[in-house]
Amino acid sequence: MNIFRFFAKESSAPAARDRLQVLLAHERASVGDNDLVSKLREEILAVIAKHVKVGDDQVNVKMDRGDQVSTLAVDIEIPLEKDARAA
Amino acid sequence: MAKVIVVTSGKGGVGKTTSTAALGAALAQRGEKTVVVDFDVGLRNLDLVMGAERRVVYDLINVIQGDAKLPQALIRDKRLETLHLLPASQTRDKENLTEDGVERVMDELRKSFDWIICDSPAGIERGATLAMRHADTAVVVTNPEVSSVRDSDRIIGLLDSKTAKAERGDKIDKHLLLTRYDGARAERGDMLKVDDVLEILSIPLIGIIPESMDVLRASNVGSPVTIADERSEAAIAYRQAAQRLAGENLPVALPGERRGFFGKIFGRRAA
Repeated sequence: MNIFRFFAKESSAPAARDRLQVLLAHERASVGDNDLVSKLREEILAVIAKHVKVGDDQVNVKMDRGDQVSTLAVDIEIPLEKDARAA
Repeated sequence: MAKVIVVTSGKGGVGKTTSTAALGAALAQRGEKTVVVDFDVGLRNLDLVMGAERRVVYDLINVIQGDAKLPQALIRDKRLETLHLLPASQTRDKENLTEDGVERVMDELRKSFDWIICDSPAGIERGATLAMRHADTAVVVTNPEVSSVRDSDRIIGLLDSKTAKAERGDKIDKHLLLTRYDGARAERGDMLKVDDVLEILSIPLIGIIPESMDVLRASNVGSPVTIADERSEAAIAYRQAAQRLAGENLPVALPGERRGFFGKIFGRRAA
């Protein structure tokens, strides 16, 4: 143990490591989510399109990650009845 | 069979171009035919670090657009006849870097080289994703510093999803090259330690390059450090990293481990 270390500033590397570990755990999960959301969107669109004519921009999928509860919001714009039925 | 390596990092200024030049030269010094390819369209620098800036006639974009044949654009190194450079364009728009074009050039390079080292631009845009697209192996260049580690983590994610190998369901080999490492500062607790970075990124280590004047001096004179100053600590570390890329099994030494008693006492000043 170096006597000068006693007077030195506290080392900062452990803070760097801890901050990175927390941040990256979060970022890895959310990047994964993006992928999940786009997959869900694609499949939901495919199911809806079997029965109703919907465009690519009429299906909106959003995921909110909370500590306790996560929600998945799906917002689909259905066209008017007369031209709704798929061919 | 040719091996394609991408040198990438996400963050700029961590040492991608320097490392591309040094690793390329080290592989060429083994007698294996090597080409270093600059993917940084608009901001090319590999030519400068290699000392070939005044010999550029045609570039990667010229080849992609059919204005020049590949052999016309390749520049053979004046010091090592096994080492070649394919420069990036300085003036063209990077939109000209097309996926098909890159694939054609890579296929042609594979026919005549043992090693193809792709120097990626910083960022995660088109240039960076195309540089990694056809790689068999990635060298992720990281500084022991928070923003660099974070960006490397993003790049590792892209390597696992956006490369041709990943899309085929294969795993791309990824290696960590820790650059600008200062052993004395890490020991004092002011810099992330090697183990910290390894634990966070969890990819195998291929080398530790010490923060060194020799690296700067080499780029000042336009020579890869493995040629400019063969016996410097940085050159030795790069040469060993190249040996590991070639499949040799060597333990990675911490820079400064060779320091003796006096070195340890005066270590701070030496750094």
